[in-house]
Order: sequence, then C-alpha cells, then structure tokens
Amino acid sequence: MAFKKSAVPFSGTPEQEEQLRKVIAQHKDDPGALMPILQGAQEIYGYLPIEVQQMIADAMEIPLEKVYGVVTFYAQFSINPKGKYKISVCLGTACYVKGSGDIYTKLQEKLGISGGEITSDGKFSLDACRCIGACGLAPVMTINEEVYGRLTPDDIDTILAKYN
Amino acid sequence: MVNIKINGAEYQVPDDSTILQAARIAGIKIPTLCYLKDINEIGACRICVVEVKGARSLVASCVYPVNEGMEIFTNTPKVVESRRTTLELILSNHNISCLSCSRGGNCELHELCNEYGVDPHKFEGENPTPEIDYSATHMYRDNSKCILCRRCVAACGVTQGIGVIGANERGFATQIASAFDMDLADTACVSCGQCITACPTGALSEKDDTAKVLEAIANPDKLVVVQAAPAVRASLGEAFGLPIGTNVEGKMIAALRRLGFDKVFDTNFSADLTIMEEAHEFLDRVQNGGTLPMITSCSPGWVRYCENYFPEFIPNLSTCKSPQQMFGAVVKTYYAKKQGRNPEDIVCVSVMPCTAKKFEIGRDDQNAGGVPDVDIAITTRELANLIKRAGIMFNELPDEQADSPLGGYSGAGVIFGATGGVMEAALRTAAWKLTGENNDAPVDFKEVRGVEGVKEATYEVGGKTVRVAVASGLANAKKLLRDVKAGKASYDFIEIMACPGGCVNGGGQIIQPASVRNFTDIRAERAKVLYGIDEKCEYRRSHENPDIQKLYKEFFGEPNSHKAHEVLHTSYKEQKLYR
Amino acid sequence: MNVIKTIDELNAIKAKYADVVGTRIEGKGNGVRDVLVCGGTGCTSSGSMKIIDVLKEEIKKNGLEDKVNVIKTGCFGLCALGPIMIVYPEGTFYSKTEPEHIPEIVEQHLKNGQPVKKYLYAETVSGDEIKSLNETAFYANQHRVALRNCGVISPEHVEEYIARDGYQALYKCLTQLTPDDVIETILNSGLRGRGGAGFPTGKKWMLARNLVKDADQKFVCCNADEGDPGAFMDRSVLEGDPHTVIEAMAIAGYAIGANQGYIYVRAEYPIAVERLKIAISQAEEIGMLGDDIFGTGFSFRLGLRLGAGAFVCGEETALMTSIEGNRGEPRPRPPFPAVKGLFGKPTVLNNVETYANVCQIILNGADWFASMGTEKSKGTKVFALGGKIHNTGLVEVPMGTTLRTVIEDIGGGIPNGKKFKAAQTGGPSGGCIPAQHLDIPIDYDNLISIGSMMGSGGLIVMDEDNCMVDIAKFFLDFTVDESCGKCTPCRIGTKRMYEMLEKITKGNATMEDLDKLEKLCYYIKDNALCGLGQTAPNPVLSTMRYFRDEYEAHIKEKRCPAGVCKSLLNFTIDKDKCVGCGLCARNCPASAITRTDYVAPGKKLAAMAIDSQKCVKCGACMDNCKFNAISKG
Repeated sequence: MAFKKSAVPFSGTPEQEEQLRKVIAQHKDDPGALMPILQGAQEIYGYLPIEVQQMIADAMEIPLEKVYGVVTFYAQFSINPKGKYKISVCLGTACYVKGSGDIYTKLQEKLGISGGEITSDGKFSLDACRCIGACGLAPVMTINEEVYGRLTPDDIDTILAKYN
Repeated sequence: MVNIKINGAEYQVPDDSTILQAARIAGIKIPTLCYLKDINEIGACRICVVEVKGARSLVASCVYPVNEGMEIFTNTPKVVESRRTTLELILSNHNISCLSCSRGGNCELHELCNEYGVDPHKFEGENPTPEIDYSATHMYRDNSKCILCRRCVAACGVTQGIGVIGANERGFATQIASAFDMDLADTACVSCGQCITACPTGALSEKDDTAKVLEAIANPDKLVVVQAAPAVRASLGEAFGLPIGTNVEGKMIAALRRLGFDKVFDTNFSADLTIMEEAHEFLDRVQNGGTLPMITSCSPGWVRYCENYFPEFIPNLSTCKSPQQMFGAVVKTYYAKKQGRNPEDIVCVSVMPCTAKKFEIGRDDQNAGGVPDVDIAITTRELANLIKRAGIMFNELPDEQADSPLGGYSGAGVIFGATGGVMEAALRTAAWKLTGENNDAPVDFKEVRGVEGVKEATYEVGGKTVRVAVASGLANAKKLLRDVKAGKASYDFIEIMACPGGCVNGGGQIIQPASVRNFTDIRAERAKVLYGIDEKCEYRRSHENPDIQKLYKEFFGEPNSHKAHEVLHTSYKEQKLYR
Repeated sequence: MNVIKTIDELNAIKAKYADVVGTRIEGKGNGVRDVLVCGGTGCTSSGSMKIIDVLKEEIKKNGLEDKVNVIKTGCFGLCALGPIMIVYPEGTFYSKTEPEHIPEIVEQHLKNGQPVKKYLYAETVSGDEIKSLNETAFYANQHRVALRNCGVISPEHVEEYIARDGYQALYKCLTQLTPDDVIETILNSGLRGRGGAGFPTGKKWMLARNLVKDADQKFVCCNADEGDPGAFMDRSVLEGDPHTVIEAMAIAGYAIGANQGYIYVRAEYPIAVERLKIAISQAEEIGMLGDDIFGTGFSFRLGLRLGAGAFVCGEETALMTSIEGNRGEPRPRPPFPAVKGLFGKPTVLNNVETYANVCQIILNGADWFASMGTEKSKGTKVFALGGKIHNTGLVEVPMGTTLRTVIEDIGGGIPNGKKFKAAQTGGPSGGCIPAQHLDIPIDYDNLISIGSMMGSGGLIVMDEDNCMVDIAKFFLDFTVDESCGKCTPCRIGTKRMYEMLEKITKGNATMEDLDKLEKLCYYIKDNALCGLGQTAPNPVLSTMRYFRDEYEAHIKEKRCPAGVCKSLLNFTIDKDKCVGCGLCARNCPASAITRTDYVAPGKKLAAMAIDSQKCVKCGACMDNCKFNAISKG
C-alpha cells in the first residue's frame, strides 16, 4: 500500500510535546477523550502527522488505526500542514447560488493547486468549507482570520497580491 | 415470548429476538452480509432489509428487535428489488474478477448475486482499484474486492482486541486499511487470520503456498514429509460437503499420501512431544522457583501478540517451540539422521488450521538442524484446494493411518486443537508425575473444556495446588493478562490460544459463511471431533505414547535435557508496535 | 458574583439590571445611551469588532464615557446590512457602518442627539421622520420567541439575561413543578423538534424519563452541530443568548432525571463556542449549573464538545458516537437514544432552537405557546434567509406564515429585478419549492406534503439564473462528500446519483437515465441506514417533480435553460449588434474569437465571431461586451 505519511518531515519541538502531554493528561480520563485531544493536538502542531498520532495512541492505549480512522473521518483534521495563509472558500448554499463555485475554481487556477492542497512554497493552502455563516456577504472566502465578502472572480488577483 | 406475523403466518418467538432470528425460527433465511453475531451488529450493508407494517422505511432485520404484534414481510417485490439494487450498487464498486478470485465458489456476495439475478453493469461510475497489499507473510489484502461490511474490522478489533485495520476516510472514499495505509507487515498484526475467515469475499486471502508444495513433491532429490495439525481433521471435510464436525483423519492421511508426500506424519505426535517438554518445564518452574505463571507458547499468533503488546510477560512464556516447529526440528535432526539424509534434502511441509504458522516458520531460532525446521506451511483451505486440483475423490477415500515413527499419538496430543486442550494435556502428565507416576491420577480435566473465552480452575494434585486459566481469542487474553498484571488474579499456569475456541476455529480453517456461523457454533462442533478421538485413544497421556518414549530413549534422553533444549526450545523478543 | 440560592437573590439581580436592559426594550430614557453593535458572525465578518474599537476611542475623545454604553450583542438578524449598530433609547438603526462614519456619529448623535441620517438604514428614514428598527418591514412581520434576547442583551453578561427573566423558568421547575409537570407542559405546548424532523419534544422527554426506570445515569444533549449549508439559526442563538440554552438543558435534565449534559457545537463557530464557554462558567459561578441548584438538591453539569467538520454528526446517533470519541457514524435505531443513547445510557437530544423555546413555555404556559402557529405546528420558526434575496439574514415568524410573506415582505424580494424561481428549505434533506406554492402556510406537514421539509431552517431563494439540475447536483455533491460511508445505499447510491446528474448536466444522458435516477432515489429513501441518507434524494426528487422540464431540456435538447451548465452553453455574437471593437477577443483566454468579414449596416468594423470548438465557456467575452452583442444559451 502507498504509505500516506505527511508530505513534510516532522519538526515537532520538545515544548510542543510537553504541551501535548498536558492536553492528554487533562482529558485522558474523560469519556470520549479522543476528539478533544486531537483538537488540542492540531492546535499545537497545526496538523496531525503520524508522530503526533502515535504519541496520542500510546498515551491513550488505543490502536494507532483507531486514531487515524477518526482523524480521516473529520474534515477539520489534517495529516498535512496548512499553508502560511489558509484560504477557505465557502461552498454553503447561499454562497454557491451566488457563485462561490467560480471563486473556488479561479483560486485553484491561480494557485495551481486543488482543494485540500498546499502550494509548493508552503505559502497558501486552499480548502472548500461549509457555511461559515457570513451569508449576508455571500459569496465569501477567508484567508486566515480575514473575511472577504461579496466577491467576484475578478477580485481574486488583487486579494492574493496582498499576501505576496 | 411475543406473537408476530411473518408473511402472514403467525409465530411465537422469544422477546429478545431480532427479525432475522425470528425469521429463522419460521424457517426463512434472510440474506446477510455485514452481520456477524455478537461482534458486528451494525446494520450497514442493508441486504437483510424487510418490510415492517407501519415502518417509514425498510428495516435491517439483523438488528431490528421484534415486538408484540409486529407484522413482517420478508419477500415482497419491494424487498427483493431493494436487495437486488443493493447488490448491483456493490457490484458497481467491485472488482468483478470472479473467475480468478481466491474465493471463487465460496463467496457470499457471488452467491447472493446468483440468487437475486443481478445485472452487474446496471450502475456505472467511479470504481477505483486500490493497490493490493502483499507485504505480510501470511496473507494479502485486495481492497478492490472489499464491500466494507467491516466483519474483518470486528474480527481484528473486537474478537482479537488488536485493531490494526479499520475504516479510514469517509463516504465513497472509505477504505478498510491500517493507519496511514501502511503495509500490514509494518503493523502489529499477529497473523491470526481471523479477518480472512470473517471476510465474505475475496478481499482477504492467505498467501497461496501450494505451488511450492507441488514443486517439492515433484523434485526427486527431496524427501518430502508432511504433518497435519490436530484441528485440520476436524474441518477439512467441510470443503467436500461433509457436515461440520466430521472427523476425516483417515481420509486426510489417504489424500496426503495420494498427493505424493513421501511420508505422512502427524502433528499430534509432536503435540505429545510438546507436552513432555512443557509439563516438565512447568514442574521445574514450580519446584525451582521459576517465573510463574507459565504461559503456553503453541499459538504463534498469541506469541507474536505477547511480543508486541505484553513484552513484560515474555519471561512467562514457555520456551517450548510449538508442535509444528518441534515436529520440523525432530525431522531435520533425529529423523534425518535415522534416514541417513542431509537435513537440506528433506522438505518438511505442515498443514495447519492457522495462517500465523506461515509466519512462525520464518521466526528466528527455529532451525535446529541448521536449516529451517519447517519449510512450507499451508492451511487447511490450501490442502483442500490441492486435493480438489489433484482430482482426488475425497469422500470415496479409504481411511488410512499415519506413518511411523512420527505418526502415533495419544489423546492428549489430539485435544491440542481445542481451547483448553494444551492445558488438559499438560495437566494429565503433570498430575501423573506429581502423584508419583501414579497411573490412577486423573485424566479428564473438564473444567478447562468448552468455548467460553476465559476459563479458570484450581486442582489439588499430589498435595500441590495448581491454579490454571485458559483464554482463547486475544481480546479475552488481553483481559486476563491485565488482571494478572494488576494483581487481580493469580495463576500458576495459563493457556492462551489466539483464535476464539482454539485451533479448530483457526484463521486457516475452511471458511463457513456468516449464514452458518450466526446460527451454529462451529468452534464447539469441531472441538467435539477432537474430544471424540481422545476418548477412544489407547493412550490418553502424552508420555504413554510409545513413539515418544522411543524418541527420548534414542535421541533426547530426558525431557528438558541439554539436547532437548537445543532442538525443541526457542526464545522470544519484544517487538515494536510499528516499524 | 455570588452563588444564587433563593428567588429573592435572583430577583434582586433582575431588578438591578432591569433598567439597563429596559432602556433598550422600552425606550426609557435615563440620560444614558446604549449603543448596541452586533457581534454575531455575519457582522464580525464585515468588521464590527473594528467599529467597536473606534467607537470606544471616539467616545473617550468626546468625554462621553459616563453617557454612553457600548454593548456587543448577538445577531440582529439583518446580516446583509452589517455591520449593524443600534442606538437606544431612540432605536435608530445604522447599517453597513464603516469606521470612518464613527467620529461623525459620536459627535452628532451621541453627543448632540442628532442622528446622522445618511448612515441610517434607508428604510428607516422618510423625510424628517426616523423609524426605529422594529417598525421596518423586516422586523414588523416577525415574532421573536427563540430570538427574543438576540440583539437585545449582551450575551457575555449573565446579569442582562437575568434581567430578561433568566433562570426564572428553572426556578419554577425546581420548586413548583414535578418532572412530570414539566413534561406535560412541554407536551401540551405542542413544541416539536426544530432540528428537522419535528418530533414532539415533550414526548421525547417523556420516553427518556419513563422507558428505562433503573438507569444509573442519563444524559441531556444539545445538537449545535448546525451543518446545513446556508443555515445559521442555532449559531445566532448561541452567540446572542447562550444562557437560554443552558437553562433549558438544566430543565430537561430535571424532567428526565439527568445530571449531566453535553453541548455538541461546530468548531467552525468560534464566536458561539467562546460565548458558550463564558456562559457556562458564569452559570457555574452563580450556581445555575453544579450541585444543589437553588438549594433544591438538583445537580446539573454541562460539558462542551466540539464537532470537527462532519455534517453527518447532526444525526442524533452519529452525534453521540462522535461525543464518545469515534468516527461519527450513525447507529441503527432501535435502540432509540431514550433507551440507549450516549455511552449506552438513556439520552435526550434536542437542537438549539428547540431549547430556546423551553424557558418561555415554562414561564408563559403551554397555552400561550400553543396559541401561535398552525394546528399541528405550534410556536414560531427561525429561518436563515439567504441566496437571491435583499434582506439576507435571520427571521423568526409564527408557524403558518406563508413563504411569500417571508420572501417578499420580510426578505424584501429578489434583487436586480429577477424572477423568483424556487425556495430551498431543509438543506440537503429538503427540497425546492416552486412559485406555485408560495402561498402555502409554512409548517412541518405542509412542507413535507410539497416534497420538502422544515429542516433546521435554512431558506435559500433562487432566481431565474439558477439551474435546478445544477442545484440538485450541488446538494448531491454535498451529500456524497458528507456521507459517512457506513451503509451501501448512501455510500455508493448517492455517488451514482451524483454521477447521473453530472451526465445530465453534460448533455450525455438519456431519458432512461432519468428513469433510473428516479428509481435510485426511491431506493435510497427506503434503504439507507440513517435519516440523512434516507432524505438525501429529496433535492433531486423535488426538482424533478417541479422542474422536470429543465431536466428534459438538458437531456433532449442538450440545453441548460438557465445558462448555468457549462458543457451545454453556447456563446454567440449577434453580428448586427457587434461594433467590432475586439474587446471580447482580447479578453478571451482560449483565443476562440476572431474577426469575420461581415460589417453590419451602420458599423465601421467587421463583426466578431466565436469558434464554439475552442470556446471554454468562461463568459469573459459577455462580461466585457459593452454593446450587449453576446448572448448565451
């Protein structure tokens, strides 16, 4: 089988590991602790590479496959790092009927990557997301915390230029 | 009891029945795919749907409980059409290479497709063919034939408590695989093969080593000897239409001879040998303050599990090789010498109810004669295929007996194939020894028989109290070991078999479809064969076996002698969970 | 704050803050102005946090700190006009506020009492008269029960919630009503689950109370995993009035005999999560959560669990599987959660909006609630209005209000003079409602009878530019993406449906395919494991029912009437309108446009023409043509 290891080498620090150990200790005895622990781990590392999942599996005494099965089920978890600038295009219904599909396509063309991927320089990652609730601004995309609304495909160049 | 109607007729069925069970009582077989009683009751495949009066949609009969006055329809046009569509959808995402499939003729999906008259090309669309994982020694995984019933996941995770495979991703992309899609060989898989016998299709199969066997037989320079494990004779007949629980020992030996093996021996013999070594090892540990509890080491799936997950128990493992390996070791030393052959010129083949045996033959420290003790391990299923391919009319064969000197056995040797059997066999010899070699010492230790996952007993023999426990199925073993570790339980001797019910239900046995397994305890039926043979044996204790006595006299001297240690014992080491 | 043990202590806080909140509700003037700035997700996205910063700065500059309170609230509802700012006691409504507007507003309005008309929402200004928010068409037709505190109180201050009768209902239940009384009240009110299927809430509680007698543990769960694309009712309640959900869950706990609850909320709702965290800790601080609430011996605790991006977790059994730390796959029912739910214990699960009605029902009585709505659907319903509509936002109307009222009166109709085509309700489980049904009173049963469903309350309006086959495909794409993959009908069936729809939108399908698609829809409805799978075909079935002609146009004529499906589009240049400027050719990414020999009468240059073989159907030519010479079809 094709081993799906993360695309970049793991560079976790002892401090991060320390933080993770704390998160695990905090939740370990809660019923259903795996999700909060994974969420905490992703906050610490930005993604969930095999090294991190293995630490969690070992600490919780559960199979690594169980951890991986949960990670790959939920869209929020990623086994690959995200870009410096995380672009999310809302493909909720309100945005879609107002043309967010075209925005998404345009971004894929411009960045030369598909949804879920990261540019080779690690700068941008692109994802489609479900309704973020800014329907009044549809169609909407976010770059990190910044929200861009009432978009047309023509706006994309100008917006991306701000981050280059 | 509740009153229900099925297809208009009235029935009384137990309160806690599912519709599936109730229908069975009414003589109606509802098809299933994902359902495996007790371990995989997830209602996922939807092949077992039926109509229930008043229900909004069709319901999955495998998990839907009956209730008073319920009216069920199992065979309406809507039900039949739904089941057909389900099959057609599965086929639209299935590698339909049935003619060359490892499960040709024994595929639950194929059988249902025939019954329902499907159009395999009704739905077309994306149908990915994932890479086949050939990495493991004992098996391969072909996800293009996987129907995501998750029976293997339950076998691995629930029955065995291991969980090296599971469902990854979601939706149409869902795949059964290991974490990060790593090779099975790089995981903590113990090779037990329970996933294979759980699989309804050809997604999981043992590695086929029959060609190697045929090649060896065809080589005039090689002396090819074969051994067959106790449990094989309790299942092989199923491949030829005989009822579950038929003893086919005589026909099996006749078939092996007709396949062209030079000598047909019996693992029952080396099971007796194992008891000689293991019982004495146990007595030695008890009397000289060795590590207790001692834990059996016959089951290579269990041994691997111990090395992976409970390395702290490695000192507790008996150092005895398994009967398969002891047999090979004796063949490549004692027997080779006796025959005046180089061990290199002898090919030792074993027929095993087990896939882990394929893995075991390649373990370190299993080469007493300077060459591997056993060269080729095939499963009961592979033997059945060899017999069919050779055109041997199995059911018409005469009953024959194994060759000497490695073919005679005692009743203690044959019960090795069932959970509790090794324990009972060891206790027979230990009790005899502890009572001053008294032939009136007890022979039957019935407390350790039966299919329960964990059994316990305490025996007073020769003034000694012996506390024993028997576990089969690794999830049960895990529970038992955790208790021992936590000090919640204390034993002198523990038997552990990787497969639930022991070798009779091994991962290499003839595969019974879920429709049989859900209603018949195949473990108990097959175990009956072995206890039946035991009862009729002239010798009931291993040390009474004249061939064994001869072997010690001519070669080993005493049990646990230096020579015996060199040839019949081995070592273990802790393994990393992931490589 | 101290722990509240008696009703007197609760009432003391209520009295103390009544004036503060009363300024906003009743317009009482005590010389202090309250400036409410929406801190909901919609307005935050359009920059309301920046507004608050500038506002505070300017107030300081003008020395108005004692005269003006700045309060960050939850959603007002009119998201399209964000950032929204309301000034009380007048109730004047500033919309699309920019930081640059603030100095002027502070100087003129807050200091000198003269509202700055040019920045007010246009509809509230007619000549000299300035209307308050509540007099606009958007609000006048609404009736706010679940949203009564949203945009009124500061969600981060429990005192303001208490001032609005907060925790009075819990007190009443614990001291005056037996658990059976509570259940009876909810039952009699006719409240039905607002999450989609409309199961009677009281009945759900009754089952959880009675079916398993000897349970050592029961749970109360709140479904805040609002996943329907285009629905944000629950988020707004959590952002604007989190305590009402906490209080209602404690009441449910009392009713069924549970002392532990979980709120499962989407991680994509950071503001809601934050406000819930604050609210839970405040409720714990004042003893409304924890041991011995109001000294009655009743204990109730709440845990917060975050979803992680799986739509299916909105299904009740999947939600529980997810809280348990597993892949969020639904389990077969029975056993129902009332018997065997979270961690195998009897469990009640309701959604946010359902809980948001509970306290009001307890305080005002079942009859009050039952007096609103239709025969079988009582109370109000919150809708998230979106799509091709002027007033995108959140509206709450009595059950039985017609779609026309919601879309035309409250929503302000469709922009750009376009024609209404359909309204989609119920998200991926719902359907598209055509113009002919606009006058049907909205309730659970009516929506189902016309092939849609209430769902959680997303209401997306579509105009003539939307292709209904494309919309069906959009929803199926969503379903395929979000299918958990457990059962065959949903895992493979929806995928095959999507592929058939794709075939149709590409013009490759036959009428037999349409037939096959329809049969597959009914098969999935009958056979899928969970409610989401069973309803997944609804968007296709409802569009096939009302817009079959569009499907047939794609199949028989290889034409997309709305001009959406790219494979079927054909761009043509009207050679007599074309002036030959060549702007289209310069903007064509595929070099598909060349000049012809034809010069139209009265034009100087030869007309352009599109080579349909080379055309990639991007529409750039049409966008750039200043002479309306290019059309698609």
